[in-house]
Amino acid sequence: MNAVLALPIIAPLVGAALTIMFRHSILQRIISFTALSISLISAIIITVDVSRDTDIAVSRLGGWPANIAITLVADRLAAMLLLISVSLLVIVLCFAIGQGARDEHSPIYHPVYLVLAAGISQAFLAGDLFNLFVAFELMLMASYVLLTLDGTDKQIKSGVTYVVLNVLKSLLLLTAVGLIFAATGTVSMSELPELLAALPVGVRTGLNLLLLVAFGIKAAVFPLYFWLPDSYPSAPSSVTAVFAGLLTKVGVYGIIRTETLLFPGNQANLLLWVAAFTMVVGVIGALAQSQMKRILSFHIISQIGYIVMGVALGTKAALAATVFYLMHHIPVKASLFLVEGIVERETGETEFDKVGGLARRSGFFALLFMIPALSLAGIPPFSGFLAKYSLLRAGFDGDQWLIIGIAIAVSLLTLISMTKIWIGLFWGEIMPPVPAERVGILRHHQLMTLSSAVLIAGTLGVAFMANPLYEFCVGAAEQLINPMMYVKAVRGS
Amino acid sequence: MSFLLVVLIGVLFAAGTYLLLQRSLTQIVLGIGVLANGVNMLILATSARQGTPPIVEGNEPPFTDPVPQALVLTAIVIGFALTAFLTALAWRLWTIEGHDLVEDDIEDRMVARRLISDHHRDVRDREDVDIDSSEDGSPA
Amino acid sequence: MKTMRSVILDEADRWLFPVVLLVSVYLTFRGHNAPGGGFIGGLVASAAFVLRYLTGRHREDPIYEVFRPHTILGAGMLVSTITALAPLFFGDSLLESHIWKWKIPVFGELKIVSSTFFDLGVYILVIGVVLSILVALGIDQDENEDNPNEAPA
Repeated sequence: MNAVLALPIIAPLVGAALTIMFRHSILQRIISFTALSISLISAIIITVDVSRDTDIAVSRLGGWPANIAITLVADRLAAMLLLISVSLLVIVLCFAIGQGARDEHSPIYHPVYLVLAAGISQAFLAGDLFNLFVAFELMLMASYVLLTLDGTDKQIKSGVTYVVLNVLKSLLLLTAVGLIFAATGTVSMSELPELLAALPVGVRTGLNLLLLVAFGIKAAVFPLYFWLPDSYPSAPSSVTAVFAGLLTKVGVYGIIRTETLLFPGNQANLLLWVAAFTMVVGVIGALAQSQMKRILSFHIISQIGYIVMGVALGTKAALAATVFYLMHHIPVKASLFLVEGIVERETGETEFDKVGGLARRSGFFALLFMIPALSLAGIPPFSGFLAKYSLLRAGFDGDQWLIIGIAIAVSLLTLISMTKIWIGLFWGEIMPPVPAERVGILRHHQLMTLSSAVLIAGTLGVAFMANPLYEFCVGAAEQLINPMMYVKAVRGS
Repeated sequence: MSFLLVVLIGVLFAAGTYLLLQRSLTQIVLGIGVLANGVNMLILATSARQGTPPIVEGNEPPFTDPVPQALVLTAIVIGFALTAFLTALAWRLWTIEGHDLVEDDIEDRMVARRLISDHHRDVRDREDVDIDSSEDGSPA
Repeated sequence: MKTMRSVILDEADRWLFPVVLLVSVYLTFRGHNAPGGGFIGGLVASAAFVLRYLTGRHREDPIYEVFRPHTILGAGMLVSTITALAPLFFGDSLLESHIWKWKIPVFGELKIVSSTFFDLGVYILVIGVVLSILVALGIDQDENEDNPNEAPA
């Protein structure tokens, strides 16, 4: 188990080193793909392991004893997120290769992408707060480069906001980690729950809020969301897909850990309000937009609201629903951005008044947009409905009528803006005009279409296999709600 | 932890925050540097267990707690990389724009533009009315 | 391309460059149980390269054509990650270090710790990073572009 837990982090780093040295593009593709495949295989092994035999997998680096070593810990939540992230990274890599020319062309795309992969894996596996901080930095540093890869005017300008905000976030997180160390004498997540519980209430609340603000900036929750809609749309689509699917979710993962393991239920009310405002602000922001990428970016924010709502409710059912929501949301959100990437590649535009009639050009392509779009809005046969339903039911149990009302209303508004994209891009006359031989979009972008289709099939799989997957989520929630399971597993191994 | 150190940390945080709020990216980079040093000082000052240098050879226990030093060293390395990247960003912005000022939020600018154009339209409409009325020969 | 050359800087560089490099290697190797190590050593070595860069003599050296900054960076990262990875093949955990000791007739006992290679990797990596920064931010940036900016005074 030791080796398998370390591989998702170290394999992409070795790959990154190799791809920096060898700039031949085909060689780079092979190395990237191999490195991420190794990650994927280890992620599968970890997930199977935590869902069957050991509940929580632990590995100590360097063979040091428990209180000194850097530990890697995979409970069910971490293992699941790891598996989904690495799968998404592999699929988006294929998409980027298919997209060719623009973003993948740069010789540093592959190394940076692999470092991003390593950072994300490390964030989920980190067993102490400082390691989590380092993982964030690894991931963010890679994301800064990916966001400004072309070095165009627009990218640099929106990149500046993104970078400065995230650096501020990092400094806040570092301050929080430092103060927690000062207060307790450790940063290990297995020792902190008991030590933090013994602190005076004021200190506890202060540390908790500091962590929440730091993770909240990354997760783009209200009122710390404003950087997201400006920066994400300027990146190439394949990059935005990874950012939208994974980066904010790493922030959410931080919030979940803070609220379940370190400070259980300390700020539930605050989070409930944050969740409500995040949902509403995101969806209203999306309604005002008339460009696909910007609409989707605002929807990232509103969806984060749902996830935070589950964390705020804090019951076992709510946490299970949260985990399930993450499982549904990551592939759906990413696949919408991939579809957007194909539109942009084919037409060069995603403004509604410049593009139209895509459904007439390729019916299958329209389907590729429709499935994740309806799923995002929570329409019955798709995974989004199941995720939202389980979340709302957890809310019913807690008698939180206000937030339930808001969640349902936001869901309807989501449907409206998805319809807006549909009417804007897919209906009507074919715009811009194309020669007859270029009518079927999909023939020109086979690898891009294939990778999007695989991802969308994955979202359908989540809906189709909902029952066993939900069982898994309930197991994950059980671990989240009993922090002692985590503590015992790390200490006992 | 000496009083002087506390004051110094406060000054670093204040100066860093002030610089971070400036328009020029170069000043922001400097602000991040100052703020990062403030945070590092904070970690060292609040969490260090005093003692001899934590080096095994030639020192007697009790050692100073090495963990905060390791944390700060890592943070410094990360700060080094960040500063390099931000400087490159500022340089690039300067090459493109001829200045390194950070722009307003895109959404803000769009709203502002809409307001200005609305205002112009209103003014124009009013002027049109004025012209019409003056052509009638009846003074307002 | 080059207008002003300081003789003093040139001479200083000629004498300091090897000395600084030697000091950096010393710092790297003593880093096992004493202050020093790969990162510090790498920074000191990079200082030597920055000095050489300031004199402009790096243009005369063909070795810069062979080892590009990204190659050095990648090589350092590779050495470090492989060292971290190697114990996994022997059933140990990531980053675990191993100590070898040999008796060499004249010199006495030689002790090599596998983490030394990790430090060496970091050393090379840091040099690569600093050289990359010089390429990205240095004056060569202007010359590479078709339309050079008026350099700021």
